[in-house]
Amino acid sequence: MLRFLVTRVSLIVPTFIGITLLVFVLTRLIPGDPIETMAGERGIDPVQHQRLIHEYGFDQPLFTQYGFYLFRLAHGDLGRSIVTHRPVIEEFASLFPATIELSLCAMLFAIGLGLPAGILAAVRRGSIFDHGVMAASLTGYSMPIFWWGLLLILLFSVLLGWTPVSGRIAVLYYVPSVTGFLLIDSLLSDQAGAFASALSHIVLPAIVLGTVPLAVIARMTRSAMLEVLGEDYIRTARAKGLSGFRIIAVHALRNALIPIVTVIGLQVGVLMTGAILTETIFSWPGVGKWLIEGINRRDYPVLQGGTLLIGGIVMAVNLLVDVAYGLINPRIRHSL
Amino acid sequence: MSKYRLLLAAAIPAMLAAAPVSAKTLVFCSEGSPENFYPGVNTTGTSFDANSQIYSRIVDFERGTTKVVPGLAEKWDISPDGLVYTFHLRHGVKWQSNANFKPTRDFNADDIIFAIERQWKESNPYFKVTSSNHSYFNDMGMMKLLKSVDKVDDYTVKVTLNTPEAPFLSDLAMEYAGIQSKEYADAMLKAGTPEKLDQEPAGTGPFMLVQYQKDAIVRYKAFPEFWGGKAKIDDLVFAITPDASVRWAKLQKGECHVMPYPNPADLDAIRKDANVQVLEQPGLNIGYLAYNTTKKPFDDVRVRKAVNMAINKKAIIDAVYLSTGVAAINPIPPTMWSYNNQIKDDPYDPAAAKKLLAEAGYPNGFETDLWAMPVQRPYNPNAKRIAELMQADLAQVGIKAEIKSFEWGEYRKRAQAGEPQTVQLGWTGDNGDPDNFLHTLLGCAAAQNNGGNLAKWCYKPFDDIVVKAKSVSDQAERTKLYEQAQVIFKEQAPWFTIAHSVQLKPVRKEVVDFKLSPFGRHTFYGVDLK
Repeated sequence: MLRFLVTRVSLIVPTFIGITLLVFVLTRLIPGDPIETMAGERGIDPVQHQRLIHEYGFDQPLFTQYGFYLFRLAHGDLGRSIVTHRPVIEEFASLFPATIELSLCAMLFAIGLGLPAGILAAVRRGSIFDHGVMAASLTGYSMPIFWWGLLLILLFSVLLGWTPVSGRIAVLYYVPSVTGFLLIDSLLSDQAGAFASALSHIVLPAIVLGTVPLAVIARMTRSAMLEVLGEDYIRTARAKGLSGFRIIAVHALRNALIPIVTVIGLQVGVLMTGAILTETIFSWPGVGKWLIEGINRRDYPVLQGGTLLIGGIVMAVNLLVDVAYGLINPRIRHSL
Repeated sequence: MSKYRLLLAAAIPAMLAAAPVSAKTLVFCSEGSPENFYPGVNTTGTSFDANSQIYSRIVDFERGTTKVVPGLAEKWDISPDGLVYTFHLRHGVKWQSNANFKPTRDFNADDIIFAIERQWKESNPYFKVTSSNHSYFNDMGMMKLLKSVDKVDDYTVKVTLNTPEAPFLSDLAMEYAGIQSKEYADAMLKAGTPEKLDQEPAGTGPFMLVQYQKDAIVRYKAFPEFWGGKAKIDDLVFAITPDASVRWAKLQKGECHVMPYPNPADLDAIRKDANVQVLEQPGLNIGYLAYNTTKKPFDDVRVRKAVNMAINKKAIIDAVYLSTGVAAINPIPPTMWSYNNQIKDDPYDPAAAKKLLAEAGYPNGFETDLWAMPVQRPYNPNAKRIAELMQADLAQVGIKAEIKSFEWGEYRKRAQAGEPQTVQLGWTGDNGDPDNFLHTLLGCAAAQNNGGNLAKWCYKPFDDIVVKAKSVSDQAERTKLYEQAQVIFKEQAPWFTIAHSVQLKPVRKEVVDFKLSPFGRHTFYGVDLK
């Protein structure tokens, strides 16, 4: 297991450097510079422009800039935002809990619904339920997040009045940040109704963000289960007179889990991408919206730092998924 | 019995704590997060909105107008030559306090001098704190304009200029000139955390900052000791909501009281809502197509006039601006003082345009580029669509126009460098002074490389007038000069003036006395809730 972990971690280092290079080059390829973008219609005096470009070091050759960037990175410095002038790491740390909270809820929603739906669809293959799940998951997968979010707001918030329109909690509540996770902080704050308000605010964004992973998990679970259900050992288990539930839950599902866990791991990346749109629609103060703003304002340090941190997190989750394989299927550990 | 009493004694405070808050809380669904809490380096209206609640300025714009009224200065004297401004400051103005700062003195002249020098002098220890890009201070020409700023006594400040500048007071009423506490600045410098001055602000304005969470909320509380008297509302909340349709959904549900920038597609529904009123006012802006007067064939005034007559302005307003724009005749909006009502717009007359083109030596038309912005702007909802309509109109008189566009920053850079033959752009006024349009966008100084005069139009009779108007302090005389300048503008036609967009503000009916700012800003002092 140790060898397995060392091999996987050693792969992370070149990937990490690759991300820094790619992000650095890509941000510089976006036309327009941050000073020019900030100036708007007013324009900027060329002397002042040059002074600021020099102050930020943008007049240095690209490889020198990249070298400085790596040097600062090695010292744990991701730079300061050009727009807010605050350290990137500080901004990320203040926004990321909101994204995690939303992503976790979305994932819970996707797994909680997708797994049983996929299993049932496989068990009742060809039934109306099976066709229904497949059609619904295809629709969910194809739904543009922006449209889906607005549709749910119109229905549940405006027409039915069941959920709030956007935000993380009603403005009535002033919840001091302890963990950054509002569902926990609202409980800690001891304010009556704060938790219920935070919970009601997360329902719609979690559904919207969880829809694509839900569809993927449901379909993958179904196909993995179908494959396993056709195996000899399942037939043997049935012949032995085991209960249907035991066959599905213990014999079939455990063996079908590997591709499902892989897909769940990959969905972390999907969640991060989806969070960008979901956060914008639901005014959810997470890193997705922050990155969009970074692109619009050509805020290089935010783009570089934010992408790097998210990339690091996605890599870490994938590593955990790989470790989870080993736990689910010992053959994977032994093969390395 | 005593057990019940005990329970009751415990339950009552708990019930009170859970009861709805009776304080008047106004919620504004703002469109984004402020850049920081130092207006001197802010570049967006969103940031100015957040900061103008906290800070006061030496002078102010009267709510809902462009009229300059006393702020932290009760009154001022201007020397006859227009070079020396003596400000007499208010006594007893209190500073807000926060976790880092407990003021020991009232506001005084030291604060004014600190606020100006911070943006002006590189030697000031705060010059580079947060950013050295004091964008508006530079754009208003303060660097060159200021000669000295002196403290006469604790409540008198004398500002000396290098040249007379009539819009100087208006420039000082802009948000970038918000006054910070020198005492707070010194304390933070001593503590080694100067940036806290701009992150955890303390001003002398009507509201004090309570909480800021990026992309989520800005929460203020009325400052009870505000020099103008406590605000009518107790709490002010900016619920940051970037999507226009979601802002509308929140307004509809009563989750916010005021929203900026409605989505044009939602306007019909907004107008039909019985709980909401839509406040309207022509904005202090202009959308235009500039002809590069240094390039052929637009160096010929007849060609410019002909193109003006070839484009159907009404069709553009109807198709692109819908109900959110009014046709522009002059380069300044009709709500601005000195607007010349006598001027008639060039008529839409393709036949006359063709004739004029023939006179200018282009009987078969010519080829030109037609630049269109890649982004939606407050004065122009869809430049590409407008360019398509113009292209079709121009084809009718034989002019073959090729539409061009670039990334927004690149677009402006190239346009300011004078690359295009014709280019769409626009302007939103900063200080309500005609100088901010006529000299800034059409003066000879701005026609130089990278200046804001995209027509590169340097016409001496016009320039003489707008330069003179800068140095005259009598408004009646300035009005006459600017009216004359507008006549010359129309005759020389360096632009095809497209439209002034209308500012639309959906506000819930329980909001009392919200006034539209001509600058598109949002001020909540003086606003009440039913």
